[in-house]
Amino acid sequence: METFKYTKVAAVPEAIRTAAQANTAQQGARFIAGGTTLLDLMKLNVERPTQLIDINRLPLDQVEKLPDGRLKIGALVRNSDLAHHPAVLSDYSVLSQALLSGASAQLRNMATTGGNLLQRTRCMYFRNDAMACNKRDPGSGCSAIEGDNRTLAILGTSKDCIATNPSDMNVALTALETTIHIQGPKGERDVPIGEFFLTPGNTPQRENVLEPGELITFVILPAPRANSKQVYLKLRDRASYEFALSSAAIVAEVSGGKLVFIRVALGGVGTKPWRSLEAEKVLHGKTVDDKTFLQAAEAALHGAQPQSENAFKVPLAKRCITHALTLATKTA
Amino acid sequence: MTNQKKDSHASSVSRRSFLSGLGAAGVVATATPMVAAAQAAPAAAPASTLTDTAPETIEGAIPVTLRVNGKVLQLQVDPRTTLLDCLRETISLTGTKKGCDHGQCGACTVHVNGRRINSCLTLAAMHEGDEITTIEGLGQPGNLHPMQASFVKHDGYQCGYCTSGQIMSAVALLNEKCGPSDTDVKELMSGNICRCGAYSNIVAAIQDVRQQA
Repeated sequence: METFKYTKVAAVPEAIRTAAQANTAQQGARFIAGGTTLLDLMKLNVERPTQLIDINRLPLDQVEKLPDGRLKIGALVRNSDLAHHPAVLSDYSVLSQALLSGASAQLRNMATTGGNLLQRTRCMYFRNDAMACNKRDPGSGCSAIEGDNRTLAILGTSKDCIATNPSDMNVALTALETTIHIQGPKGERDVPIGEFFLTPGNTPQRENVLEPGELITFVILPAPRANSKQVYLKLRDRASYEFALSSAAIVAEVSGGKLVFIRVALGGVGTKPWRSLEAEKVLHGKTVDDKTFLQAAEAALHGAQPQSENAFKVPLAKRCITHALTLATKTA
Repeated sequence: MTNQKKDSHASSVSRRSFLSGLGAAGVVATATPMVAAAQAAPAAAPASTLTDTAPETIEGAIPVTLRVNGKVLQLQVDPRTTLLDCLRETISLTGTKKGCDHGQCGACTVHVNGRRINSCLTLAAMHEGDEITTIEGLGQPGNLHPMQASFVKHDGYQCGYCTSGQIMSAVALLNEKCGPSDTDVKELMSGNICRCGAYSNIVAAIQDVRQQA
């Protein structure tokens, strides 16, 4: 691990000021919260910040129900606390299910809401600094496209990068249409999660819209839909402590046998947490039945571009979607 | 209990003190200086004390005050020092093990403010003022934590390398939301890998303690 300056901050403006003063290139100052991604990658020399700004003492660890029914979640709320929070369990169970399906109990005690949004890919070529990787070293090439790509993405890929977004939490937050609140040197802004993540294109090193010095301070979930059912289904090589090969987050509301509200987001298959507007379009207003679910799954995977070793993900993701929809619309 | 014999045996010459003694005094050393060498390591100074040289000066070190197993320790550490390395190398608490060093195996599990974490993926400097508990703070030979005793009773280990992490996880699990079944326990213990495959006995040891609670 390379040397860095370690700075502890006690307030959000101080954190942003400190980051702004640093040489804020990609590898300049970095905020550290749980550290579960950042320190892991620093040990591999994949992340090489010159300054770490420890934000663990910032007052961003609260979950708060707002008067209008929305839920405000501080960026430093730990994954385990969020998964077991009464409001999340009762109103946003897809988020609780997703969080508890990810990582281990120890890591969930460390990882934060803001940090999980910025969790980086598990692509083995990204993690190995001896290999070419456009995300780690722009312009060096993509080793994964001709390489071991079994676990990598089939949606949102480019000729420069096929790395998967590994997070489960992000898939649930996408289905829940979360808003991300960002504070930076130029002020504050709200970004819908659908606009927060970027597909790789020809700049895979850029994974989201954060500018240097900007800090995620909280996220906001919309007011809960009283009659919705929510499911997170995760398919993987092991039953526990493994990243998704394919996952689906569903928020569904059925009235009179018809889907009156539906949100579909996919994990394990996209270069970013993948909202499937195509599947939602097929499902909205339709009668709940297997044939419709299959049509929705076909629509969701229509643009899939499998690589040499991950074509199995296309049927796997379809079955993941249809099964999750079945679970989310089951009566009784 | 049946584990008393094992405890007293374990406390006489540990594998650690044996190996430390070899490093300090060469292969001709007898048992007595071996143990002395291990005990002579100061509690709160940089390691390298096994050969009794002066403590090395660490370039760019920052001061950190840690509270480990109830003791307050004022340390100087390189900012890169993980909590795991600090425990093992700086303050010589070697019960916490380094396995993968990447948060994948659970051997380094300790408690911070009563919650289990991977000490390899956090910096020592991030834990100023936190209450840190390691396996040494859980129980000692002759006064074992019920979970330690249960691991002995159920033979919940083979080589023993993952055991302190398993036990730290298991103790934390007692205060977490966990269903009653073996499957529930397995799910919440999945962050602790045992290469020997002692899993079934580990689950039995944990369930025994849960049922007695």
